[in-house]
Amino acid sequence: MAVTLTDRAADHVQRYIEKRGRGIGLRLGVRTTGCSGLAYKIEFADEAQEGDLQFDSNGVHVLIDPKSLAYLDGTELDFVREGLNEGFKFHNPNEKDRCGCGESFNV
Amino acid sequence: MPLLQISEPGETPEPHERQLAVGIDLGTTHSLVATVRSGSAECLPDAQGRVLLPSVVRYGPGGAVAVGHEALAMAADDPSNTIASVKRFMGRGVSDVAKYGALPYRFVDAPGMVGIETAAGLRSPVQVSADILRTLRARAEQSLGGELFGAVVTVPAYFDDSQRQATKDAARIAGLNVLRLLNEPTAAAIAYGLDNAAEGTFAIFDLGGGTFDLSILKLTRGVFEVLSTSGDSALGGDDFDQAIARHWRKAHGLADASGRDTRRLLAAAREVKERLSGAQSADAKVTFTWGQQLHLRLERREFEEITASLIQKTLVPTRKALRDAGLAATQVDGVVLVGGATRMPHLQRAVASFFQREPLVNLDPEQVVALGAATQANALAGNRAAGDDWLLLDVIPLSLGLETMGGLVEKVIPRNSTIPAARAQEFTTFKDGQTAMAVHVVQGERELVADCRSLARFELRGIPPMVAGAARIAVTFQVDADGLLSVSAREKTTGVSSSVVVKPSYGLTDDEVAAMLREGFDHAQADRDARALAEQRVEAEALIAAIGSALEQDGDLLSPEERASLSAGIASLEAAGKATDHRALKSAVESLNRASEAFAARRMDRSVSQALAGRRLDEVGSK
Repeated sequence: MAVTLTDRAADHVQRYIEKRGRGIGLRLGVRTTGCSGLAYKIEFADEAQEGDLQFDSNGVHVLIDPKSLAYLDGTELDFVREGLNEGFKFHNPNEKDRCGCGESFNV
Repeated sequence: MPLLQISEPGETPEPHERQLAVGIDLGTTHSLVATVRSGSAECLPDAQGRVLLPSVVRYGPGGAVAVGHEALAMAADDPSNTIASVKRFMGRGVSDVAKYGALPYRFVDAPGMVGIETAAGLRSPVQVSADILRTLRARAEQSLGGELFGAVVTVPAYFDDSQRQATKDAARIAGLNVLRLLNEPTAAAIAYGLDNAAEGTFAIFDLGGGTFDLSILKLTRGVFEVLSTSGDSALGGDDFDQAIARHWRKAHGLADASGRDTRRLLAAAREVKERLSGAQSADAKVTFTWGQQLHLRLERREFEEITASLIQKTLVPTRKALRDAGLAATQVDGVVLVGGATRMPHLQRAVASFFQREPLVNLDPEQVVALGAATQANALAGNRAAGDDWLLLDVIPLSLGLETMGGLVEKVIPRNSTIPAARAQEFTTFKDGQTAMAVHVVQGERELVADCRSLARFELRGIPPMVAGAARIAVTFQVDADGLLSVSAREKTTGVSSSVVVKPSYGLTDDEVAAMLREGFDHAQADRDARALAEQRVEAEALIAAIGSALEQDGDLLSPEERASLSAGIASLEAAGKATDHRALKSAVESLNRASEAFAARRMDRSVSQALAGRRLDEVGSK
């Protein structure tokens, strides 16, 4: 399966899960919302749901629901710093356009 | 594209609906801003990676404003336009600020709060604080990539209404939506997740750069209550630097140096102090303005020796806070260390042995207040499961009472009472036929009115003429949730009443509060003596008045010699009353009392026989 975490993303995810003190991994997903149609979901996972695709990337256990999978195939999750700002960023080859603010996207 | 953070399961916010919230520790020496990202609270650094922003603002000519490190660098060259530690001036008047001694600022008397004349014009402490907050807000918005929804700003637990209001105003001026003001010790407790426990009692030990605060918090079903606060507004990490500098001066025979050389020596002392927290010895080089270069060295053991008395000094307010809370050190369920100075190993050992438990140290003590504020801001912004909210009960920082005869204070609501609070106490008239009573409301810990702060005065009139002590006047003190005090007096037999509304703590500086607490402690013996003297004087006056009126009524019961000896006794008591020895006065009162005993007995016989005249014995016996 072609969803991957960069080293930096994996480091940060592991650190956050450790600080949170519980959870089985990281849930990635896509949901329909926003001005351009779809938005990314990145959450702590406390339990697996039926049909979840589960795999490890760079030492992080990742869970993705089957519906989201189609949109995320080939995506790389990175952790970046932009000026003072820092956070996770999806590099998704399926993305065609985004709304002006960049919070939602289309495929 | 905005950078994403990890959310709790099922709580990914809708796009464009992320609520960015921060916690701000607006400190005396430095300030911080923190937020919750991917579930964990973290302080936001500036572009150079520094999380601490010195709470210093410099106003240059032409309106140029520099905040933080940049302003701090200019403090030595332009002291009068570089405002440091502005937190001390918040909500304070010119007379309050005068108590800080010589400061390089040009203070201007302004209604309600001092102003400071700077090269950029007149600035209020609120505006200076707003400039600090604005810098933190800009840092936060750059770090979070959007406009802030709101902020939780922390204040010391002993801040009064006017200081809290001033802090809120500063935040508003800086364009921040204040979600809540949070007490600093409570924020520290939240940072450690102590609010997740069912209940417990916690000590928050906060040794900052220049101030020491100790708060005892009680948690019951998610509600933090401040049981007591104590501290020393003139004790902090800087005193440890001074101790090292003094030690070096002595060891190297350095004379009292100029301002610049002293600053260099203190900077070296501070550096060595910080390194000694992790090493057994540390050294520094100092080049003085006269060209001499010194290699200075300090062992941790030496450092601990020369600062042992400073460590002991922190335990005095600690004991007091525990005593006020009615607790033994071992009844505390957790000790939180706050402030950079608490990194010192010997301080941690002293705290651990005092409380007989290891203090919580795994969070950065300089960041812990901001981290707790961020955690609460996150919850208040709706980024956390609903239902967990903190309610903080506040306390009255100093006792409220009223003046009684002889200039003594009768405490009605003791300090550290949680508000809202209402207490009533009964008073009576002192003189026969007294028809009015002056009620003088005071605040403070001392025994004499002159040593406390006067809050308000009012009069209760229309008391029916009665003998002294017969009137029953209920005085009720009521403090509402906003800290407003109202006092009412009511004479019970007639129902006449009178009342006044006062702001209890307005105008009291934190230093004043601390100083008054310290004085109360230091002067306990002198106060007891003064109280005893005042009490004996009241006693003496009452005795002289009583004998005087008895002589008028029943003077015929005495022989001229007896009468003369009583008069002499009165004269010598009057003389003793003018002296200041309460013991001598007491014995004078006692001897006059004894001298008048026979007279009193004869008067008693006379009134009994008058009362019984014409009545049969069995009638009297059946009563």
